[in-house]
Amino acid sequence: MSGKSTPPGRDVGLAGERTRLAWRRTALAVGVVAVLTARLALPYGTVGAVVVVLAGLGWAGVLVATFPKVAGRRSHPGRALPVTALVTAGFAVLGLLLVLASMR
Amino acid sequence: MYEAVRRWFDPRELREVGETPDYRFSLANERTFLAWLRTGLALIAGGLAVAQFLPPMPVPHLREALAIALLLLGGTVAVRAVDHWARTERAIRLGDELPASRFPAVLALLVGLGAVLLMVAVVVQGVRNP
Repeated sequence: MSGKSTPPGRDVGLAGERTRLAWRRTALAVGVVAVLTARLALPYGTVGAVVVVLAGLGWAGVLVATFPKVAGRRSHPGRALPVTALVTAGFAVLGLLLVLASMR
Repeated sequence: MYEAVRRWFDPRELREVGETPDYRFSLANERTFLAWLRTGLALIAGGLAVAQFLPPMPVPHLREALAIALLLLGGTVAVRAVDHWARTERAIRLGDELPASRFPAVLALLVGLGAVLLMVAVVVQGVRNP
């Protein structure tokens, strides 16, 4: 918010603010999915431990890639978008493998 | 296919093509991508929750089938989101029409169909063992 100096009719800063908050919500949602994946993997011994580590690395990767977005430092696209999308797809793949393993 | 994936990761090309639009358009496109991504994350979270919190169902493997369907849908939504974002960004910069897509309609139909099937399963189960 830029306060009183904003000329009327100009949307200075709010679009950036909304986008920053949207990144924050998305990073939090990735965290929830990482925790759910790790919890599902817990009963699977060594394989499960590997999945837990992968889930943690995926979340850490998203946090690192999206940090400039969440901090509002960078407005141009950058790699945060494809990294977040592909890590998300990776969680879907990990979940699929765990569900298929539970059916055997 | 490879070309499309390379384009997602190479922001330079997306910044050089056409002319730079009003930054608010790019930010709105980015927020649309994020909303789709959270839709995908919600589907994935739903699949993971079904797999670990639902008791086994009377129909064999119905629980696993439901989890697999949700996870597949969620993964597809996430990958489609980044592809659609890149194509929209290109179109905005080149002044083209925005890319049209059947995907939202297909996703809505699949989710609706899944809900109807589950309702039928619940009713059948209720009728069999009241």
